[in-house]
Amino acid sequence: MKIRLNGDDYDTKAASTISELLTALDINPMRVAVELNMLIVKKAQYDTTPIKDGDSVEIVNFVGGG
Amino acid sequence: MGFTEDQFTDDQMIRYSRHIILPEVGGKGQAKISAAKVFLIGAGGLGCPISYYLTAAGVGRIAIVDDDMVDLSNLQRQILHSTKTVGIPKVESAKGVLEALNPDVEIVAIKERLTPENIIGYIKDYDIVIDGSDNFPTRYLVNDACVLAGKPLSSGAVLRFEGQVTTIIPGEGHCYRCLFEEMPPEGLVPSCQEGGVLGVLPGIIGTLQAMEVLKLILGKGDVLKNTLLIYDALKTNFRKVKVPRNPECPICGTNPAIKELGCYEANYCRA
Repeated sequence: MKIRLNGDDYDTKAASTISELLTALDINPMRVAVELNMLIVKKAQYDTTPIKDGDSVEIVNFVGGG
Repeated sequence: MGFTEDQFTDDQMIRYSRHIILPEVGGKGQAKISAAKVFLIGAGGLGCPISYYLTAAGVGRIAIVDDDMVDLSNLQRQILHSTKTVGIPKVESAKGVLEALNPDVEIVAIKERLTPENIIGYIKDYDIVIDGSDNFPTRYLVNDACVLAGKPLSSGAVLRFEGQVTTIIPGEGHCYRCLFEEMPPEGLVPSCQEGGVLGVLPGIIGTLQAMEVLKLILGKGDVLKNTLLIYDALKTNFRKVKVPRNPECPICGTNPAIKELGCYEANYCRA
């Protein structure tokens, strides 16, 4: 399945939910915010939120230094 | 207090001539800059370039709050401080350099830590708030205070090779919690002290913040409202992520759960 991930083309292979995508990318869900098609996904819904062909996903890191 | 362009001295006309010659600024725009009051949180990696450029630009009053002392390990990026000012309060070190750069600017040095009790009293007298803090409890406190007080906020953050900038206009656009609803668990996301930061990075992010602040003051151009700008220094890539206002946001949503400033630091709340 082809999606746009952080503005680039990306093949999700077996991942079909936000949780599976984060696992495939080796990203701790507590360190990021995820936007699916311009809408913020609540952390509690990562397991149940499906990603579909052509979706646009943005994964934004928590960055707090100054 | 108003400030009109005919009040500039001859020296000020020369000092700000490269601004005044810009059609988007002119004498009227420089008068707006000279009348503006900004409240800056942090005199560190971000706060140094932000206050340096805003002082050069002639912003009327700049308050800088920071309770830290200059450490030798700061000097690889915190360009207002120097070998000679190691050990003295950062706000004093910064004030000395900024006043030497531009005596037109009133620098208010506040050596304190912001708390839910004192922040609103400070920011109410300022036009724009700028977050250059180095920790999440302060970032959430500042966001919430600005939303509650209706103050525009320029927010910047850095770590390692990644920087983020956004501009929050309460009532018009997104806020920090629209994207990052709750603070990350303590210890999960490293600070610059723990994770490192390439020294130029806060210079780039801080100057972007200073530019956003000047645009807000001038009312010119498009600011990063509803937008997070992410800079990847290793790839030399800037990416804009649209951040829509979240109707379920706990502070700026349609039915906010947070109605007053509560508890932001575990240590603080236990005290």
